[in-house]
Amino acid sequence: MKTFKSLRLPAPEAVDQAGSARVAIKILKIVGLLALLVVALLFPQQLSPDTATTGIAVYTLMFAAAATAWNIFAGYTGYIALGHAVFFGSGAYALGVMCKAWHIGNSLLGGGADLSLLFLHIPADYAPFVLVPLAGVIASLIAVPLGWIALRTRRHTFIVITIAMFFVFQLLAENNIANLTNGQSGLEFPIPSWTYPFFNFPFYYAMLAILVLALAASWWIRHSKYGLGLLAIRDDEDRALGLGVKTETSKLVAFVISAFFVGMLGGVWGYFQGSIAPPFAFDALFDVIVALMAFMGGLGTLAGPIVGALILEPTRQYFTLYYGASGYYLIIYGALFLVIVLLLPEGIIPTLRKWGSWWFASRANLKHIASDTEELDQAGPVVVDQAETGEGVNL
Amino acid sequence: MTIYIEAIVTGLLSGGVYALMASGLTLIFGVMEIINIAQGALVVLGAYLSYALQHYFHIDLFLGLLLTMPLMFVFGVLIEWAFIRPLKRERTMFSILVTFAIALIIEGVLGLIFTTNLVTLHAWYITASIPVGGFYLPYIYVFGFALSVILLGGLYWLLYRTEFGKSLRASMQNRTAAELIGINVERVSAITFGIGIALTAAGGMAFGTTVPFNPGSSYDLISRLLVVIVLGGMGSLRGALVASLALLVIEDVTSVAWSPVWASTVFFVLLVLLLIFRPQGLFGQREGRKQ
Amino acid sequence: MSMLEARGVSKAFGGIHALDACSITVEQGTISGLIGPNGSGKTTLFNVITGYESVDTGTISFQGTAITNAPPDKVFRLGIGRTFQLTRIFPRLTVLENMHVAAQRRDFKGLLSRWSSSHEQQRALELLDFVGITSLKNMPAANLSYGQKKLLEFAFILIAEPQVILLDEPAGGVNPTMIHHLADRIRTLNQRGVTFLVVEHNMEFVMGLCDTVTVLHRGTKIAEGTPETVRNNPAVLEAYLGV
Repeated sequence: MKTFKSLRLPAPEAVDQAGSARVAIKILKIVGLLALLVVALLFPQQLSPDTATTGIAVYTLMFAAAATAWNIFAGYTGYIALGHAVFFGSGAYALGVMCKAWHIGNSLLGGGADLSLLFLHIPADYAPFVLVPLAGVIASLIAVPLGWIALRTRRHTFIVITIAMFFVFQLLAENNIANLTNGQSGLEFPIPSWTYPFFNFPFYYAMLAILVLALAASWWIRHSKYGLGLLAIRDDEDRALGLGVKTETSKLVAFVISAFFVGMLGGVWGYFQGSIAPPFAFDALFDVIVALMAFMGGLGTLAGPIVGALILEPTRQYFTLYYGASGYYLIIYGALFLVIVLLLPEGIIPTLRKWGSWWFASRANLKHIASDTEELDQAGPVVVDQAETGEGVNL
Repeated sequence: MTIYIEAIVTGLLSGGVYALMASGLTLIFGVMEIINIAQGALVVLGAYLSYALQHYFHIDLFLGLLLTMPLMFVFGVLIEWAFIRPLKRERTMFSILVTFAIALIIEGVLGLIFTTNLVTLHAWYITASIPVGGFYLPYIYVFGFALSVILLGGLYWLLYRTEFGKSLRASMQNRTAAELIGINVERVSAITFGIGIALTAAGGMAFGTTVPFNPGSSYDLISRLLVVIVLGGMGSLRGALVASLALLVIEDVTSVAWSPVWASTVFFVLLVLLLIFRPQGLFGQREGRKQ
Repeated sequence: MSMLEARGVSKAFGGIHALDACSITVEQGTISGLIGPNGSGKTTLFNVITGYESVDTGTISFQGTAITNAPPDKVFRLGIGRTFQLTRIFPRLTVLENMHVAAQRRDFKGLLSRWSSSHEQQRALELLDFVGITSLKNMPAANLSYGQKKLLEFAFILIAEPQVILLDEPAGGVNPTMIHHLADRIRTLNQRGVTFLVVEHNMEFVMGLCDTVTVLHRGTKIAEGTPETVRNNPAVLEAYLGV
């Protein structure tokens, strides 16, 4: 094959340097991830100062998982959905209704029945957790028709239709649809017999488990052909369609997957709360908080949503604890929002990566790779909207 | 039968007020391609301004508009200049987050100043009513509708009979082309935003007379306004008007015919149904393929 | 049997008749040129053939089978690839990722597998090599120069091994060395049996490369034949000089 003569190929050493740097980063990342996992597992029992902090950690993990799940759809396809609270609330209500209907978990009067599942003996307090995946499935079933309808629209209309769907569900819950939700009075969950400080631990680990699953799913998708199709949709949907990507199915599948995880989170949250009511299960702020976390960390990246959650959720909890839901809290939170959006439009991870690649490029003198005869003046990585690249630097 | 007529009439009249609030929103979208989530909060702000003028200075609500509208216009221009203009990439997306943040701040500030207690606006024409046909129609509905007609008429005149209006419509159709022929699109955007917010001052006043409100009322409002502009077709003023009227009438009639509880749900369900068959809304453009 | 045929195709946008009973034929194994002054309907014809626009009247057929108004993904799967005047690549993906998007697999296992599997990667690298941008493989496509983007678009069309390639102004805004390089690539592929339909304004390019040339004016064909015949056709000159 004839190659384009005037392309200057980099000197072998330079390429090697890049290659070995990439391998080093990969190893560092795996080690780092394992270390984080160990810390996360030990946190509630060994590292957490008090129960309140563990409580905050539960919510932080929940939002980290929610943001990761949301990112699977919105980050990869570029369709901003602002109605995922529908799935959160549906999951919560689904779990509550199931526990009630099938008498799962401890009843208020104590002494609920233990669960015998195949050969496993599950104490009554833990039984509701077994149903959590089912709550996720119910949420994803709801996502199918909703997604099908919403995905017939694009961009701005899509955003608004997801918001509209959210309000429909909130109203349906308030109006006690099919006598399931108990309307404004809310739904009661079984109360576990645990005491503090232990009480937070099972919920903490449940949220952590869902986060790990969501992250794994996100990673898998990102590296699969399917995920590539999603990213192509984000960049130029019609072009992707014209190249054979099954855009409609791809989008819907991503939507349903993200709903599944969010639904599970809702279920665990409901059990954690003990009782739920429509304005809390279907919270208008939910989606915006999740979206902000994903944006702040870096939309479309793997670590971004988690980073965003780690920063924003403890902050928010802190504010609510010390300032209550008063005007101050809203003002400061809103101002924080603004600052983040205006100063860090790409998000933390992509910005860090940008700096990292500049550093590498200057070190390994890779400036000349990009140029061909027309391009001498554009030497150096001119980074524009750099999203995840498949190989190499990959968070 | 009379109750249905009453429902239709009040629906039309309050629809006019909604059209006022929605027009600003759809206009801003049409020219700047941004979705102003703060519209609901700004309406509430307008309502509170009218309330403050009336409660502390005893200025009549309609006269107060002469103060609140210019004030809100300036406020709108400032918001645009400070927070919207810096957005370069993916403006629509970021504008949602930015305007949401602004909405939160407004809500917080209002909560601090006025507390979260519900307030209503008072005037003789709110409680007094005029007998029409078989029912009594509060004067405020008629005045509010008249206000909408005047302001929307004024907006129409501005858009179709002035040079500025031409620039605005050009920017709406093709931003780049407008820039190329010498239209200062940034200035047009700022002024358009200002106009959109000034309209919320009036809308807020009218809104405040019909229903008790507090800083938290903005959520319900913005969701309804968004539904209206999507139903009408984003960027279409005609659509905003038709959609406002249609939805308010349907809501009021449902409330009477069936139950008030389901009235607002019907609102949203109809939107979803329409969008299944016509994703671009009543008068909107089909979001199509590039090239 | 002709490879690609449009018969009596009309398409109007509002009051503008972009295509007016337009009929063209592309024979298998040829490099056909499609020229005409601005606004003559060339890109619209491409859009209509590849399913990005629908026809008002008329038919499009591919190897004898009608494909009128078929959606873009179907057209692509049938074996018709196309590039765009303003290159449409995926800016936020790397060059290599761009290649893999076009190499779509039908089976589920394929979808879930890592896209950097060896066989596909090899083929993608081969094609990048063929057009000459191998060293850019890990660069985000947005950072490519205009010419490089054109090459990328050309390459990822190829990965699906189309039988017909529609090129919309491949030489537009590109330096002479690159044009030469492109023409060379087109000829190589043509020798392997790929049919080309090329829209171009660069007369030298068209005349030097194409076997037959069709001329459009105001949405309809006004001349057809070898480059020399068309070049000397008075109707063509008139259309271009706008008299």
